[in-house]
Amino acid sequence: MTEHDLRVSLSGVELDNPVIPASGTFGFGQEFTPYYDINCLGSLSFKGTTAEARFGNPTPRIAECPAGMLNSVGLQNPGVRHVIAGELPALRKIFRKPIIANISGFSVQDYVEAAALLSREEQVAILEINISCPNVRHGGMAFGTSPEAAAEITRAVKKVATRPVYMKLSPNVTDIVAIARACEEAGADGLSLINTLLGMRIDLKRRRPVLANTMGGYSGPGIFPIALRMVWQVTGAVSIPVIGMGGITTAADVIEMMMAGASAVQVGAANLINPTACREIIDALPAEMDRLGIRRLRDIQRVS
Amino acid sequence: MLLTLTECAPLTADVHRWTLAGPNGVTRPGQFVQIALPGLYLRRPISVCDWTENTLTLVFRQVGAGTAKMAALRPGEQVDVLSPLGNGFDPEACGCRPLLAGGGVGLPPLIGLGRALLKKGCQPILAAGFRHAADLFLVDEARSLGLETVVVTEDGSAGEKGLVTDVLDRLSFDSLCACGPLPMLKALHHRVRVPSQFSLEERMGCGFGACMGCSIQTKEGPKRVCADGPVFRGEALDW
Repeated sequence: MTEHDLRVSLSGVELDNPVIPASGTFGFGQEFTPYYDINCLGSLSFKGTTAEARFGNPTPRIAECPAGMLNSVGLQNPGVRHVIAGELPALRKIFRKPIIANISGFSVQDYVEAAALLSREEQVAILEINISCPNVRHGGMAFGTSPEAAAEITRAVKKVATRPVYMKLSPNVTDIVAIARACEEAGADGLSLINTLLGMRIDLKRRRPVLANTMGGYSGPGIFPIALRMVWQVTGAVSIPVIGMGGITTAADVIEMMMAGASAVQVGAANLINPTACREIIDALPAEMDRLGIRRLRDIQRVS
Repeated sequence: MLLTLTECAPLTADVHRWTLAGPNGVTRPGQFVQIALPGLYLRRPISVCDWTENTLTLVFRQVGAGTAKMAALRPGEQVDVLSPLGNGFDPEACGCRPLLAGGGVGLPPLIGLGRALLKKGCQPILAAGFRHAADLFLVDEARSLGLETVVVTEDGSAGEKGLVTDVLDRLSFDSLCACGPLPMLKALHHRVRVPSQFSLEERMGCGFGACMGCSIQTKEGPKRVCADGPVFRGEALDW
């Protein structure tokens, strides 16, 4: 058995391995500790927070799909101040590694406020700015669908942030490369992609949409090829690191996403159907690397 | 965990009983489990009807793709189950004469609850509501446990005619535990003045509190039906 090197780096933040639970699928870690010691994770992107508390959308918020699911949670969270006062101290007790703070907003000021507050948190290593939530009006995705708006948020957050800023991009756009370039030019330190794809289901018996909010974000293995393609396109066009996500379920998916250009990956929906998904992926990586003749994971990044 | 399906039997035209063998971790009546099914992405939440350390009884109505797959599984199959989930009913919060009110497929968790209450020395009374006589299930099981049982049907084809709420006046009880359709729970809440526990149903993603897919507003703030419930005190709910 050869020595396996799973370490990766994101803007100078060293991770033991590239596997990071994606925001919104892992809460603040507490729900997973009955299942495993989450310190095996590379990092953790916590449930997206906003300047003010939000309940989110009415239920049903969840729908079954082929190879995945829809959600229309709508950024339910207790607000950034409560996150800092309650959730982060509790997280610190169960997780010793650097964390990624996921931030959403409804105005430039919202993003700036939350970014400034979370920059002061010692455990927060990266700010992940969600400009791609498909489930809220007048915000979220609205900022992520135009290069100008994406650049404006990037610049505003960069002014107050004392941590690397990663912009989380939406796939629900004509040209994700143009948005990615705009973020890079505006000073983003990295990118996270992709968020969920806007989708919908109809309840045939009731003859109305399954989701109370009509539409929701599609995630799960069904979106993996789309995510992979977008990571490929974006990493071919920018020189900042990209965290790849979208349907990753196996160690082989992690390697494929890194071969597409990702510096690290996030695992989302898989956590919801299997609470030990991330641990199983991390445990399976060495054998998968052996099978493919890989010694250092970071060496495979971006095949030609 | 992988459990072995040892029984899959129809109880009515659309209600089925599963018995699963293997350690399940269930500690309280009213907890639920999440079942992974081949070809479906999300697990399906099913309430625990009754349990021992090494057996789990689930009674479910076939309503959609998930429960249809469940009804078609044959004994001997290994089933991927996430268990136990949710808080369940608190037998300690019941008086010595609790009313257990169940409507249709809300009935199953009240069987395990009834057994736990009898064991504790309480004298629970079960009010079980159905549409027609042909829909009756678990009534014999309840009676054979020693549960005093009142059957109510909407058309009077079995037991008393009416709804579960119609028999409240002639029953004496000091606490209430209920599971069933939301209109039934609301009617019970507005009619009853004793300490109450209600088991709620909501479409779920993960079932263990991570996704916020099943959140409700309560008088005590937002709660997740899966992880903070599915059982809530009546006074905490925002009716």
